[in-house]
Amino acid sequence: MRTSGADNSRRHFLGRLLAGTAAALLAGCDAASRSAWLPKVLGVGERASRGAQRLASSRRSLAQEFSAADLSPQFRSNGTANPDDPQYQALAANQFADWRLRIDGLVQQPLELSLLELRAMASRTQITRHDCVEGWSAIGQWTGVPLAALLRMATPRPAARFVVFHCADPMDAAGTRYYESIDFDDAYHPQTILAYALNGALLPIANGAPLRVRIERQLGYKMAKYIMRIELVSSFAKIGAGNGGYWEDQGYEWYAGI
Amino acid sequence: MRAASAILYRQSRSTPAIYCQKSLARITIRPMATEASVKPAHAPGSGAHELRASQGSYYRHALPVRVLHWINFAALCILLMSGLQIFNAHPVLNWGRSSYTGSAAFFELANGFPSWLTLPGGRWLAMGRRWHLFFAWVLVGNGLIYVIYSIASRHLAHDLAPTRSDWRSIGRSVVDHLRLRHPRGAAARRYNVLQKLTYLFVIFGLLPFVILMGWALSPRLDSVVPGWVDIVGGRQSARTLHFIAAWALVAFVLVHVFEVLISGVFNNLRSMVTGRYSVESEHADERR
Repeated sequence: MRTSGADNSRRHFLGRLLAGTAAALLAGCDAASRSAWLPKVLGVGERASRGAQRLASSRRSLAQEFSAADLSPQFRSNGTANPDDPQYQALAANQFADWRLRIDGLVQQPLELSLLELRAMASRTQITRHDCVEGWSAIGQWTGVPLAALLRMATPRPAARFVVFHCADPMDAAGTRYYESIDFDDAYHPQTILAYALNGALLPIANGAPLRVRIERQLGYKMAKYIMRIELVSSFAKIGAGNGGYWEDQGYEWYAGI
Repeated sequence: MRAASAILYRQSRSTPAIYCQKSLARITIRPMATEASVKPAHAPGSGAHELRASQGSYYRHALPVRVLHWINFAALCILLMSGLQIFNAHPVLNWGRSSYTGSAAFFELANGFPSWLTLPGGRWLAMGRRWHLFFAWVLVGNGLIYVIYSIASRHLAHDLAPTRSDWRSIGRSVVDHLRLRHPRGAAARRYNVLQKLTYLFVIFGLLPFVILMGWALSPRLDSVVPGWVDIVGGRQSARTLHFIAAWALVAFVLVHVFEVLISGVFNNLRSMVTGRYSVESEHADERR
């Protein structure tokens, strides 16, 4: 390789220029991440992803189901492992005998169902993979009532567009409770169930007892645990910070298909 | 513009004989010729391009290739750094249908990648995902435009498809690369065979693969044909392969930049910015 004084100084200049530019760009990206506009611009990608995922697969496409051989030895618990809430603890102490699932909001027939009543309904059992937004996954066997069956009982009003899950677990010192929401495509999906059993046993507290939702074509944070109430709404703008879920309010995507 | 550059490009390629007859010693870097100042000289029927060619520089990269190249570079940088941010949320790689199969992790990085390598700098998964999933679209869109352009403009057929003599010269090209010797004169006007094969592998192998393995991580896209991710051993295998393929791209970029540095960094950079590339005389360094 030829080198001359001029070449060397040009090279050094170029090197410094590149390093300086890279550092400035990185600082810029970091600052932009904290701005109000950038997340909105990048949100275009989220909308494109949502549209593309819906184009690529049908509304009722099924998530892969596995065999017992694929079950994870232990189903990982993430997020809340035991809600720090006296009311919940009192319900748990009594094996959730006094717990009632309320279904209300934009429905013609509000419902209140006990765990025994839910377990008496026709159930679906599925072995599916739970994909966490963090990147890990676990395979478990879930048994529960199809959400579609409960919605048919409650009969949504024409204005209803979303199903909101209100949960028992407080997420911060202020007592903000976990919540999540899905649209009717996912609510009526055959694999969307309200699960009360995991791997053939009653759902453990660490995994969301007495009831958690399974939304098999989305990421784990959509699958609310410790469900107390299901509310049908026309918009979730007035719930929490208005983004449709606890993690959505922290900047995660509402549609968690990827 | 596209048609003009295509004509320009083909013309300049058709004149190596004229160029080769000149015995120029080392050609120093001349003031950058702007496209505008060069183009009229290359108008069909004009003999002026021969003069240009004899002065040792020609129009190497068409404008679309240059623009797409730099968009691709920016997108890959952002995808890598935001990808490492996402990786840090669970800095473990597994093989199989889930992370918890009963077998040990494939790879583990206790503290994840340092924050200076991630985008954003601190731990911020939600924002890392926004960057990543936005620029994934940039990469895909840019790549599609590149492939369509390369086929339509015959960039693919002319410059990237190896010729018969290319295939025969593989052995020599490997030796030349190992000895850090680079083609000069007429031979420097086109990509060498290893370069062609590497670009083709990256464009049609590695990049589609890394994108496909990204899709495999989507529970919704996994439902398009339930079980398709088992082709690579399952979803967590796909995540591992996505990671490995990303580093294979980094390895490509490092080798690519190394080759750029040792084969005339200013000339190479200029050709990817303005399109002009100057060629040294063969006689300065006889290869055979």
